[in-house]
Amino acid sequence: MKFRQAFYEEPLLFEMPSEAAEPIDLDGLVPPAMQRDRLNLPNLPEHEVVRHYTRLSQMNFSIDTGFYPLGSCTMKFNPKYAEELASLPTVTRVHPDQDEATIQGALRLMYELQSSLAVIAGMDAVTLQPAAGAQGEFTGLLLAQAFNHDRGEHRNEVIVPDTAHGTNFASAGMAGFDIVEIPSLDGRVDLNALRNAVSDKTLAFMITNPNTLGIFEDHITEAADIVHQDGGLLYYDGANLNAIMGKTSPGLMNFDIVHFNLHKTFTTPHGGGGPGAGPVGVKKPLEPFLPVPVVTYDGATYHLDYHRPKSIGMVRAWYGNFALLVRAYAYILRQGGDGLTRASERAVLNANYVRQRIQGTYDVPFSGLRKHEFVASGAKLMAKGVKTTDVAKRLMDYGYHPPTVYFPHLVEEALMIEPTETESRATLDAFSDALLQIAKEDPALLHSAPHNTAVARVDEVGAARDPVLSWRYLMAQPKF
Amino acid sequence: MQVGRPRMASDDADMLRSMGLRSIDDLFSDIPPSVRMKSLALPPGLAEQEVVAQVTEMLSANRTMADMPTFLGAGLYDHFVPAAVRAITSRAEFYTAYTPYQPEVSQGMLQTLWEYQSMICEITGMDAANTSMYDASTALGEAARMARRIHGGKIFLVPRALRWHRRSVLQNYTWGGGLLIKEVEYDRETGMLDLADLKKHLTEDVCGVYVENPNFFGRLEEQLADIRAATDAPLVVGINPLAQTILKKPADFGADIVLGEGQALGNAVNFGGPLLGIFACRQEHVRKMPGRVIGLTKDAEGHRAFCMTLQTREQHIRREKAMSNICTNESLMAVASATYVAVLGANGLRRVAADSMRKARDLAAAIRAIPGYEAPIFKGPHFNEFTLRHEDGYAPVHKALLAKGIHGGTPHARHLKELGDYALFAVTERHTQEDLDRLLDVLRSVA
Repeated sequence: MKFRQAFYEEPLLFEMPSEAAEPIDLDGLVPPAMQRDRLNLPNLPEHEVVRHYTRLSQMNFSIDTGFYPLGSCTMKFNPKYAEELASLPTVTRVHPDQDEATIQGALRLMYELQSSLAVIAGMDAVTLQPAAGAQGEFTGLLLAQAFNHDRGEHRNEVIVPDTAHGTNFASAGMAGFDIVEIPSLDGRVDLNALRNAVSDKTLAFMITNPNTLGIFEDHITEAADIVHQDGGLLYYDGANLNAIMGKTSPGLMNFDIVHFNLHKTFTTPHGGGGPGAGPVGVKKPLEPFLPVPVVTYDGATYHLDYHRPKSIGMVRAWYGNFALLVRAYAYILRQGGDGLTRASERAVLNANYVRQRIQGTYDVPFSGLRKHEFVASGAKLMAKGVKTTDVAKRLMDYGYHPPTVYFPHLVEEALMIEPTETESRATLDAFSDALLQIAKEDPALLHSAPHNTAVARVDEVGAARDPVLSWRYLMAQPKF
Repeated sequence: MQVGRPRMASDDADMLRSMGLRSIDDLFSDIPPSVRMKSLALPPGLAEQEVVAQVTEMLSANRTMADMPTFLGAGLYDHFVPAAVRAITSRAEFYTAYTPYQPEVSQGMLQTLWEYQSMICEITGMDAANTSMYDASTALGEAARMARRIHGGKIFLVPRALRWHRRSVLQNYTWGGGLLIKEVEYDRETGMLDLADLKKHLTEDVCGVYVENPNFFGRLEEQLADIRAATDAPLVVGINPLAQTILKKPADFGADIVLGEGQALGNAVNFGGPLLGIFACRQEHVRKMPGRVIGLTKDAEGHRAFCMTLQTREQHIRREKAMSNICTNESLMAVASATYVAVLGANGLRRVAADSMRKARDLAAAIRAIPGYEAPIFKGPHFNEFTLRHEDGYAPVHKALLAKGIHGGTPHARHLKELGDYALFAVTERHTQEDLDRLLDVLRSVA
């Protein structure tokens, strides 16, 4: 595919010609000692502002402009009907402190979404409160701890496999737990290592299935037994749920706690970094500990139940990222049970297809099927001095967003590829061809890539040396 | 065509055949039969038209702030958002992008977020800001943890007059690290922090002090300089960014960390989410700051460029030693805020802030003139909200207002038990004189 990204030499908003500051009379309103005399922000005509951000938007790659096979991020097409629904005033202009009688629609939607997510994951109860996947993990661990305290146990270890997402470690660390990392065996959890790691100190074992290599952990019920025998809980990192809908569920695999990434599996747009939504599902014994308020239904009216004496309290203000809950709810309605199952089927088909297309030129460590994603290695290209970074940068010249790179760590020069179900065979073929072509290209061309993007290769090391994070700080520098 | 439905069955068959597989089921043969699901117990999918009709109908059971004059605030405010903001955040190039991991194809988002950071720094006077936390309450939790990284100590002081969800979230964010949260009383006359009580709490072990301006009651906190002078522990200031456009910068009072709820800057109330956690600090602390930050740098040809930076603080590199577990944040809300700030400009922002403040002040005065009411309860300047009390309690007032198609303020009961009879009323530039008159009419009828 021919690709040339738009480029504007776009000034910073602060560099644009600004109209003068108007005086404002704050006397009698703000005490003199607290009055602000000056606010250094520009005053610009609206059309200049709109042009500025429109031009910037054109220098940004997105799903709507091209293929985005970013591993573990599930960049599927974001349907437009969901955007339309989320912009209704019955979503945008409803205050969370409104009287229950005036928010029955919102509460009903939340209640029904909780039920659908519980069915998909095989869980008994769901909270929609967490703002993102990592916050879902954190919430899940708080729930595990509260459950243990309630039964008079104090456990402080969280077991995590070496293939886990970085957030698993960070969430456990943030919640104050000690982390026990266990190695993989042939791309799967080593059950013996798990047996050795589990003890009466084990709070939980956090795992995603399929794992980050895209491999289904087929010994998962044995792993669950090992953890449960010693009184630990099994935590499902839902980042990879897009692989298994309608085929199995965390509940069937004996998980106790699950988080969902609505911005992955249920295709709420990722917004260039957020917002997301990270609901958490649990089995019955953990239900009393869920964050307040819990949405309940008495057969006639929906309620926000704050009277939950065992609840962990709240993990963020109010009830969750509601505008995203609306989108996910609409998506689930649209797909239905059959459509969600087909989404997983095609996601898995697409991943295995691309893997098969590029295998040989790129190593794909570990045999067997993959689920929704796979991890290739660029190690072979190292012989001619080409790194995975170079392959990634060169892919942009072909009009593709690069895969996730250098993760998971146990694959050398890793390229983690997740095509998702919404891509056509033609796109998958063209992308595979590009990867094969790049492997044949002159290393010099790769080292200097990308060539067709708004800017050339960016000096990320330089940015971190003396970080300039604001106009204000930049202006204070002597060199300026 | 339904998203996810195979476009051409023949494509799927060919793809399977090329891998030596016969059916889709072959792709799932690695899932043991013991954990297999026969089918997903959800209804079949609906046509787009049906989905839109059904969800629209369900949501129509909500009453909106457009349907009834509403005086709720408590952190989230219904300011008017110019159409240009939504026009920009609706650019699919922005909203359907992932985190800008690859800077060469993501300069648009990176520059926009850098400009957002810059705007927050101008508003607060701080040197550095991150691209967002989830909301103000999680920003507070992160700030407490950061204060400890900066200063050491295990006690974090917060005002007792604090929204209860902020208090609850703070508790959840800090217990793992063994941080102890202690509460400082408020002055019953002014509603500001009780300085004498603060001084009693200032021991060696204090790792940080949190104070809000405007505070929980909407009251301006006029003692920031005194609070700063009382301690050398990090001072964390919670702000309303709009109020801050007419109030002296937290940096001028020596704040180390500034946080706030950014929703008021161009974002919808959205039934409480997504929101925007503002987080800023002094340059000397940037390596201890949580969350993503965008830095200024150059590309290989020497042109100005932007990229995510200081990633070694983050979860995907530092894992359990990361400053925070946050990865997905509220970037699009930051884009909305940047656009809002740019469209209004300094002049427009200050006008909106002053209008909201003036309207709230005048409304409180009008309510005070009605027998049976007290408003505001606390003496001194308030920003755009104030506490109200009726001699028979707030419940009958609330009910009477709802019956007349008006939504009153947030009752205090859940937040501060001793003020169970009080409510917090918020006003923005969006309230019309007719809205205010209707409110006053009903209040008079209850009196």
